[in-house]
Amino acid sequence: MTRKGISKYTREKAAFSILRISLFLVLLILGIILYDIASKGLGVISWEFLTQPPRAGMTAGGIFPAMVGTFYVTVLAALLAVPLGIATAIYLNEYAQKGSLTRLIRISLRNLAGVPSIVFGLFGVALFVQKFGWGASLLAAGMTLGLLTLPVTVTAAEEALKTVPRSYREGGLALGATRWQMISTLVLPPAIPGMLTGVILGLARAAGETAPILFTGAAFFLPFLPGSPFSQFMALPYHLFVLATQHHDISTVRPLAYGTALVLLVLVFLLNLGAIVLRYRFRGHLQKGR
Amino acid sequence: MEATMNLKDKDFVPFKEEQPNSSRVVVYYDPKSNGTGKRPARKEKVKVEKLAFYYGTKQALQNINLDIIANEVTALIGPSGCGKTTYLRIINRMNDLIPGSRIEGKVLIDGEDIYGPEVDVVELRRRVGLVFQQPNPFPKSIYENVAYGPRIHGIRKKSLLDEIVEESLKQAALWDEVKDRFKDSALSLSGGQQQRLCIARVLAVRPEILLMDEPTSALDPVATQRIEDLIRTLASNYTIIIVTHNMQQAARISDTTAFFLLGEMVEQGKTSQIFTRPRDRRTEEYITGRFG
Amino acid sequence: MNIKENSIKMIFLASGLLSIFILLGIFYLLFSNSFPALRDVGIKSFFSRGYWNPTAYSVPQYSILNIIKGTFMVGTGSLLFAVPLGVACAAYLAEVASPREREIFKPIIEILAGIPSVVLGFFGLVVVAPLLSSVFGLPNGINALNGSILVGIMALPTVVSLAEDAVSAVPQEYRHASLALGATRWQTLKNVTIPAAFSGVLAASLLGMGRAIGETMTVLMVTGNALAAPSSFMDSVRTLSANIAIEMGEVPMGSLHFHSLFVVGLVLFIITFIINLLADIIFDRYRKGVSM
Repeated sequence: MTRKGISKYTREKAAFSILRISLFLVLLILGIILYDIASKGLGVISWEFLTQPPRAGMTAGGIFPAMVGTFYVTVLAALLAVPLGIATAIYLNEYAQKGSLTRLIRISLRNLAGVPSIVFGLFGVALFVQKFGWGASLLAAGMTLGLLTLPVTVTAAEEALKTVPRSYREGGLALGATRWQMISTLVLPPAIPGMLTGVILGLARAAGETAPILFTGAAFFLPFLPGSPFSQFMALPYHLFVLATQHHDISTVRPLAYGTALVLLVLVFLLNLGAIVLRYRFRGHLQKGR
Repeated sequence: MEATMNLKDKDFVPFKEEQPNSSRVVVYYDPKSNGTGKRPARKEKVKVEKLAFYYGTKQALQNINLDIIANEVTALIGPSGCGKTTYLRIINRMNDLIPGSRIEGKVLIDGEDIYGPEVDVVELRRRVGLVFQQPNPFPKSIYENVAYGPRIHGIRKKSLLDEIVEESLKQAALWDEVKDRFKDSALSLSGGQQQRLCIARVLAVRPEILLMDEPTSALDPVATQRIEDLIRTLASNYTIIIVTHNMQQAARISDTTAFFLLGEMVEQGKTSQIFTRPRDRRTEEYITGRFG
Repeated sequence: MNIKENSIKMIFLASGLLSIFILLGIFYLLFSNSFPALRDVGIKSFFSRGYWNPTAYSVPQYSILNIIKGTFMVGTGSLLFAVPLGVACAAYLAEVASPREREIFKPIIEILAGIPSVVLGFFGLVVVAPLLSSVFGLPNGINALNGSILVGIMALPTVVSLAEDAVSAVPQEYRHASLALGATRWQTLKNVTIPAAFSGVLAASLLGMGRAIGETMTVLMVTGNALAAPSSFMDSVRTLSANIAIEMGEVPMGSLHFHSLFVVGLVLFIITFIINLLADIIFDRYRKGVSM
């Protein structure tokens, strides 16, 4: 009994150690990725790198147009995805009755979330670039990214709506509020911070996407900033792709590629961090509310 | 309050302290009293005929005929799941919000069918206020909670809102406790205060009928006492229907009591009669504590 | 009032319906843009033996068999990497880790999900490729193995979080029953919990596969994109998504080549659609099975 017991527990210990090692392996991978890019990218980052366009066939200079382009295209994506996503979430959570139509909307959203990003790119080409005649442009790329982000936004917004207690809704309706009065005065105000959190997470993903903008508007090289929604633009992720694989002198531009990768990572993490901070403050707020 | 002592059942005292405006109620209580000699006609505020209600395929109420008299307190008693809360929520159509629910029969308020095609549910809910089991103040200031109803019904003028808020808080016997802290969050109030705030919030839209769904079940005895006093006071101006688990509470505050069991209304009568000489054996068994 | 309320509702309904239209629109535009190629080249040409070479001088070829093979190699290869590691992490987080550990590690793993795929591809190019070439003595490390590892890293957070949900969803009674029989926590985990969570873990793996197959930038940068039939993981492969990404920028719009790339997109869409659908069905069943 005792002997058996010992071996049983030894085996348990060994097994749990393996599980723990797996977890640390994953953390190690993450650590190596971040360390490699941070350590080699940091040296490249300078005021010039952040504020100048690329020079000398992209072997020198900075990434300013790419940063601006990514900012513009993400804002455009947000302009489409945020209102549409929140409105869809309000419909699903506040108005929809159980039924086949609601199921159909949910199934569509789940499927949209699984559509490969390159397929969104094709869709953008076929619809925005060709059918709508916008050409390869900021607008076409922004709308494509917006559609890609839509399912994430809906899910996040709906989760935020679900945290609002039912008693607020019933209390409002019982006082004779119409449904929209109830939603706008009692449900949305406490839900908005949570929605913002989700929206920012969605946009962080959109900002890092490359495949959907490859043919819908991202440019290989532009020395100037986009002048209108119908201009082409440079974008950080595409710029990194170009520097890493498409440039004629890859080894020379490698440091620049590292710098670009670091800026992109920092941008995405800052957005994530903002979302997390918002989430914590929101949570504290709600707890006080209870 | 001598009149109350004339009740046939000497142990039954419907309220404890002298209150203004209570004479009317008292007169009604004892027909033999020649106090003022006037007795308001017992007018039905709500008429319910052959009411049945279903959640999906499950029948929650069957064949209910229960009229509610104006300016009275009607208590609905019965074990959990007997349908009393369902009945209550039918009267301001809050049950509409439950998917798959279905209603049969007629519910009339002042002779008007509230399930008729022309009925504005929003207006109905303004006329028929509901106080919930758990106090549910909105996450806003005390003032904004009370002003919420008037605001959504279109009152913008600050002075008028101030007036309504003050009057409603006074009616809900909360004024003295909160008059210096309007801007505080309603969530900073105690449970009992929150419930009175919720009552004030309902009163602010000037309803005709007050529905109360076990309003004291989440409160301590002192807070319960205050709400009960408040209900008695309000009865002179409002028609009140209260669901309660607590039979003593029903005995203390109501004029009429209805006993529900398994989705049926077993018996309805004057509170004094229900608690002293119930006609139905099941009522007797319930109020003497043999089940429930 | 009613008109206003209804039009507001209609606005929200319309945005809900838009999701359906977007999905249908994607399918429709993929199909209609594929149609000229399907008509002129024939479906058969896409799936018969041969190569993908639409721009050949003599006889253009449209077979995507090698590309499909490459896609599935990277897809399954990444799962071979991500599923054991991901499930081990999930089991640790759900069953062994202290709440504190969980609170620290889960967000860290989420960071992995936040890394843009192009950054992962870059990492694969500059770090993993030299490593593979020196370990396996290859001229370069740009091959299916590299793609599998990188896409595996990408799929990890999905697999971990879904598998953890599946493991956590196993009812506590199962564990207690096993522990009460004298099993250790490890025996319980291995013999009871993981098998009970099996279909949930399977669904998580399938969703990871869906993401892996749809992934573009990472594979584009690290798999080499050769069109020859791959025979091992040390070979360079091209995937469906990479194929579109490489050629779409250079084809004249409206050409046969352009339309045949939409055929590739359509095939990719259908494959991921089926995989996601399967995962969905398994998940649904699993959830129902567990909750019973």
